[in-house]
Amino acid sequence: MPLLQVRGLTHYFGGLKAVANFNLDLEPGELVGIIGPNGAGKTTVFNLITGVYRPTEGQILLDGHNLVGLQPHAITNKGIARTFQTIRLFKDLSVLDNVRIACYSQVRYSPLAAFLHTQRFREEERQTREEALRLLDIFNLRRYAQAQAKNLPYGEQRRLEIARALATRPRLLLLDEPAAGMNPGEIQRLMELIQWLRREFQLTIILIEHQMRVVMGICERIQVLDFGETIAEGKPKEIQNHPRVLEAYLGKGVA
Amino acid sequence: MRFIIQQTLNALQLGSVYALIALGYTMVYGILRMINFAHGDIFMVSTYLGFFVASFLLGWALHLPMAVIFVLTLLLAMFGTSLLAVFIERVAYKPLRQAPRISAVITALGVGLFLENFTLATIGPEPRILPQVVPVINFNIGGVAVSSIQILILAISALVMFILDTIVRRTMTGMAMRAISFDKTVVPLMGIPVDRIISITFALGSSMAAVGGVLYGIAYMMDPYMGIRIGWWAFISAVVGGIGNIRGAMIGGYILGFVEIFVAAFLPSTYRDFVAFALLLLLLVFKPTGILGMPVVEQKV
Amino acid sequence: MNRRWWLPLILALLFLLSILLPHFGILNLYLQQVLMYVGINIILTISLNLVNGYMGEFSVGHAGFMAIGAYISSLLTVWVFPKSWGPFVFPLVLILGGLGAALAGLIVAFPSFKTRGDYLAIVTLAFNMIIKSVLENIEAIGGPRGFMGMSKLTNVAWVYVWVLITIFAIRNFVFSAYGRGILSIREDEVAAELVSVNTRQTKILAFVISSFFAGIAGGLFAHVLQFINPRSFTILKSTDVLVMVYLGGIGSIMGSILGASIYTILLELLRPLGVWRWVVGPLLLVILMVTRPRGIMGLREARWLLPAEEVQADAAVTS
Ligand SMILES: Nc1ncnc2c1ncn2[C@@H]1O[C@H](COP(=O)(O)OP(=O)(O)OP(=O)(O)O)[C@@H](O)[C@H]1O
Ligand SMILES: [Mg+2]
Repeated sequence: MPLLQVRGLTHYFGGLKAVANFNLDLEPGELVGIIGPNGAGKTTVFNLITGVYRPTEGQILLDGHNLVGLQPHAITNKGIARTFQTIRLFKDLSVLDNVRIACYSQVRYSPLAAFLHTQRFREEERQTREEALRLLDIFNLRRYAQAQAKNLPYGEQRRLEIARALATRPRLLLLDEPAAGMNPGEIQRLMELIQWLRREFQLTIILIEHQMRVVMGICERIQVLDFGETIAEGKPKEIQNHPRVLEAYLGKGVA
Repeated sequence: MRFIIQQTLNALQLGSVYALIALGYTMVYGILRMINFAHGDIFMVSTYLGFFVASFLLGWALHLPMAVIFVLTLLLAMFGTSLLAVFIERVAYKPLRQAPRISAVITALGVGLFLENFTLATIGPEPRILPQVVPVINFNIGGVAVSSIQILILAISALVMFILDTIVRRTMTGMAMRAISFDKTVVPLMGIPVDRIISITFALGSSMAAVGGVLYGIAYMMDPYMGIRIGWWAFISAVVGGIGNIRGAMIGGYILGFVEIFVAAFLPSTYRDFVAFALLLLLLVFKPTGILGMPVVEQKV
Repeated sequence: MNRRWWLPLILALLFLLSILLPHFGILNLYLQQVLMYVGINIILTISLNLVNGYMGEFSVGHAGFMAIGAYISSLLTVWVFPKSWGPFVFPLVLILGGLGAALAGLIVAFPSFKTRGDYLAIVTLAFNMIIKSVLENIEAIGGPRGFMGMSKLTNVAWVYVWVLITIFAIRNFVFSAYGRGILSIREDEVAAELVSVNTRQTKILAFVISSFFAGIAGGLFAHVLQFINPRSFTILKSTDVLVMVYLGGIGSIMGSILGASIYTILLELLRPLGVWRWVVGPLLLVILMVTRPRGIMGLREARWLLPAEEVQADAAVTS
């Protein structure tokens, strides 16, 4: 059974049709890319899947269960995590806390136990901390654990966002332009990291990206949006030479 | 019926004052996204300014005509109050523009308390009334008592609000104000002198309060606490109308005027606050941004 | 590491002093009164800091919750329990008052799901005004004249105990997953939801806990003064608490302790100035805010207030 099924997803902002009849079937373990010019509706698709907006129309199913109408944290708890196009870390908090916050729903202790700092509380807090530190190790961020997130260099902030997303223990990871603002060397390392994470955490990934070489390099399947419509989908090779894609990117008359 | 008309007149009179003060709250909020809690006390100071100017002019054996004294009182009170407001903005709020938004609000609370208690300490708590600068003539129209003061208050309020509305809609300054409230980040790029526009906003908002203050002083008693008492109602007016929206503040002012007068007319006066705030909550449930406020836009992610 | 043993020792010593000094008349009644007000203000300030500082909302109606606690506990000690039981049921009475206030906090939490910032501030403001207005209109509890007949059940030791409970309950809570959830709402509510924080649950917790302690403070206050009336719980009282929170610094318990103590004691010291004290006080506040917009502590916490786990583990992290 597909992990994620999106059927006829449509969303309007006032009169603006941001996403039109978007469909996607995602098998476990796949890595799919979504590309398209600015304002095509890519980020909106993520916002709809994660429950930030409620779609005007359409269905979103995870393991066959409906997600539409759930609050975002409930969707996250079902196993969907994401990063943001413009970094949205908890800026004034420590790097460690940024990751620990994402463990929110893994704690089982009650608020009362929190007041009293009971034995159980301490044990669970210790586990949370260890898990968070383990993630920071993976992303090579441990030495910044006590630093405020806003003081990290840009590339580290991007990685911290991924670490924070993984702390929610997702099965499906949505990455919104993770390579934005990076230089070619960093992009190369990011691509390797994404592929490694996918294997290590057994992730299914949807990747929004502007940088063609990233998507072309690691995605198995690509879906192209323009003005909210899906104008092409297929293997990277097929997309590269698709006339409607060239038209959307380069303007009419070129293709 | 006569009773209703009479109360309606009273409500319009009080509503005019609320509307004039509400304008200052709304204009500053529109431009700085800051609730200027000192504004009610600035209104209070303006009433006292009017009191002193009028007393001085009358005491001066110049035998100026009443109309001249009234106009001079109004203009000087507006001028003095604007100076005060601009000074406060420069000294107390401007250094905090980059600080957390709340710091400025707390500072404004402090400034308000300072103005109130300074007045209390220097002038004293006893209620005063503006010396007579308007001849009081009572008309009786079909059993409804209308005084020259009432007519004057309604007419002057309407006039200055019309002038303000025109300034904001028609002049370059007004456009700049609206541009800043729309998006503060791009405005300096467009060559708009933000600091100056902010000062003008404070000056305009506080002169409206000063008009309200002098008119209030003609009709009612003044005391140092009225800044809080009247200020809150005016603030709620601004919220009811949709804070940040100038016409909304005017509408809100009259609505609150009606609420206050009619609650007092039919219920014990202790219910006044209860009814006003319950109405406010109800309104916010159905129209979370007030009557003319901008709709809540979905936050962009 | 040795901080583990001296902290309880000092706190216990202070407890002894809070009993002995008044007992042997070393602290005169006036000083006792000032100390009790300092303590009550610390409770109010820390509890408001949870919502306004840690969660980053702008609640301006804290006195409303305080009023509920004050009235409920006073009605209980005067009408329900025999006077001679007073000292024994006092803790229970305070807690019931706190629970009443917490219930009101629950109600105020609901609008916070949808509204934020200035509009939520207005909702809390309206709440404060409505509470005061309702109290003024219930003749049975004295209406605008107020309610009296309470014995002086509050003493320095009780206040001290409740201050400690407040400090450590809220400290413990803040350093838990729930507390971190509260912080994440301040930082970025949408991102918080998207990394699994149940923001509604978190907001309810914050409002309920905050108003519970405000209610406790109200109960203590009523039994110091032995007389309450609706005018003690106006928006001006709420403003006082706001000032203490931002003076001390948001998101810091030590800040609240300092803010409340300095503000309360300063106003006491200025008493000889008469009316001018209310001129000098606000002026100092403005000067302080302009020069230190983030308050005295500004998001930092005193070391002795950090839980041992955090401090030890921090050392482990950096090594
Ligand atoms: N909250 C919102 N309110 C109104 N319109 C919005 C909102 N969010 C997005 N839009 C509009 O919807 C359309 C799609 O936006 P979206 O952010 O999904 O594009 P995108 O494909 O992610 O573009 P980019 O490559 O620039 O990130 C755009 O026209 C955008 O202006
Ligand atoms: Mg996008």
